[in-house]
Amino acid sequence: MDTSRKNTDILIELNEIYFRYRERPVLNGLSFCFCEGERVGLIGPNGSGKTTLFHIIMGLLKPDAGELKIFGQPRRKEKDFTEVRRRIGFVFQDPDDQLFSPTVAEDIAFGPLNLGIPREEVLGIVSRTLDMLGLKGFENRVTHKLSGGEKRLVSVATVLAMNPNILLLDEPTAGLDEKTVARLSKILKNLDTSYIIASHDKEFLQKVTNKLYKLQGGKLVMVDS
Amino acid sequence: MISEHLSEGTSYLHDFDPRLKIIVALIYSVTVALLTNFTLLFASLVFSLVLVTWGRLSIATVLKRLLVINGFVFFLWLVLPFSYEGKTLFEVGPLAATQPGVYQALRITLKSNAIILCLMALLSTSPTFMLVHALHHLKVPSKLVHLFFFTYRYIHVIYTEFTRLHTAMKVRSFTPSTNIHTYKSYAYLVGMLLVRSYERSKRIYQSMLCRGFNGKFHTLYHFESKPQELVSAAIMTVFVLLIAIGQWIPLGKILTF
Ligand SMILES: Nc1ncnc2c1ncn2[C@@H]1O[C@H](COP(=O)(O)OP(=O)(O)OP(=O)(O)O)[C@@H](O)[C@H]1O
Ligand SMILES: [Mg+2]
Repeated sequence: MDTSRKNTDILIELNEIYFRYRERPVLNGLSFCFCEGERVGLIGPNGSGKTTLFHIIMGLLKPDAGELKIFGQPRRKEKDFTEVRRRIGFVFQDPDDQLFSPTVAEDIAFGPLNLGIPREEVLGIVSRTLDMLGLKGFENRVTHKLSGGEKRLVSVATVLAMNPNILLLDEPTAGLDEKTVARLSKILKNLDTSYIIASHDKEFLQKVTNKLYKLQGGKLVMVDS
Repeated sequence: MISEHLSEGTSYLHDFDPRLKIIVALIYSVTVALLTNFTLLFASLVFSLVLVTWGRLSIATVLKRLLVINGFVFFLWLVLPFSYEGKTLFEVGPLAATQPGVYQALRITLKSNAIILCLMALLSTSPTFMLVHALHHLKVPSKLVHLFFFTYRYIHVIYTEFTRLHTAMKVRSFTPSTNIHTYKSYAYLVGMLLVRSYERSKRIYQSMLCRGFNGKFHTLYHFESKPQELVSAAIMTVFVLLIAIGQWIPLGKILTF
């Protein structure tokens, strides 16, 4: 790792993380360092633990061993993750896990309202985010009646609306058509947010990331892209 | 969402401030539940029907729901007429149906239908999310409100999972009949349903946490009672007062039969 980098630039630091589901070990002493401005792609075969890694960063799963430092603070207890969740946006692999409000506008507003942004401003955020993703006029659509791809885009919108410091995207392109994928890449490239994207779509990753890791044997290995 | 289609219509009642609707629905239901006077019970039923018309509810859905409620009421009719002392109206074998028994069953039938119709007209015309929010504004303890919201939300989750699993079975040519294969498949279905609903609800909650949920619901749109709505709510409240007076002030005796 680049030692000349100042400590403050490091956003996420994982140290020797071990995690297992019952008798199935998934992460095996995984270490990882993620710095401000980085755009990281994460590949790895099905079941290698990409989703698990994201859940650990968000504090939804607690590692069996190892140290987690996010935004310069060690994160262990549930309480430590309140700030993490406000500042890291996580798009779940399955949009049905993410969308729970009756209408698209309300679902997108959920995060910003939780952050304490005034209602009038949130209305603006909702329409701007929808515009950005090419979902103009979707405000009053009923979330569970959207198509698979539309659901995926809306779930990305719910997180972008919170304007996070870091984005974690779990397979954001699954089920999207080429045009929509292209639009998503353009949006991501124009963001000034650091992000980590888990995906099986190498072409997409090549476009939007500048660093590629492979999850293998419960550890992260840097890949030359 | 599950059975939320009534809230998707458009009518005066759909736009009505949910806080007012909850208050009116509450006092009306409590009052009607306590009524014993038949004239007043019939009047309430008519009042509820007027509300339903006002909310322009789909008749098919309304009838379907009434059928469910009256399914329960039907069982009362099997028991109640025979479990009161009094003047015998008719006999079935060794059992004698009495007048007070039949009256009691009739009262419950009228009450439950009047209340259900009113709840459908007033509450089903707002999305659940709005109702939850209105409850917050009415200062209902937030633990209670969450319980209500998550119960609702997870019933919906279970229902969606059920539809998915059922479709998955159907597209592979599953046709239920009376054999071991059918029973086994249904047993798997129920088992999977419980596990998957549990997992799904856990993840929905996690995703809410990830978006900064800290136990408080905020809604995007603020409630506002238009003056006209206040007047309508007042009129409904006056009706409730009238039936209460009719029931509990002695002058109502003249109406009793
Ligand atoms: N709740 C769970 N209980 C038990 N085992 C689990 C659970 N969730 C995941 N696993 C197992 O942990 C391993 C890693 O799963 P994970 O979902 O992190 O993989 P992934 O890399 O995201 O895969 P994919 O590319 O298919 O999304 C898999 O072998 C999976 O079977
Ligand atoms: Mg995954």
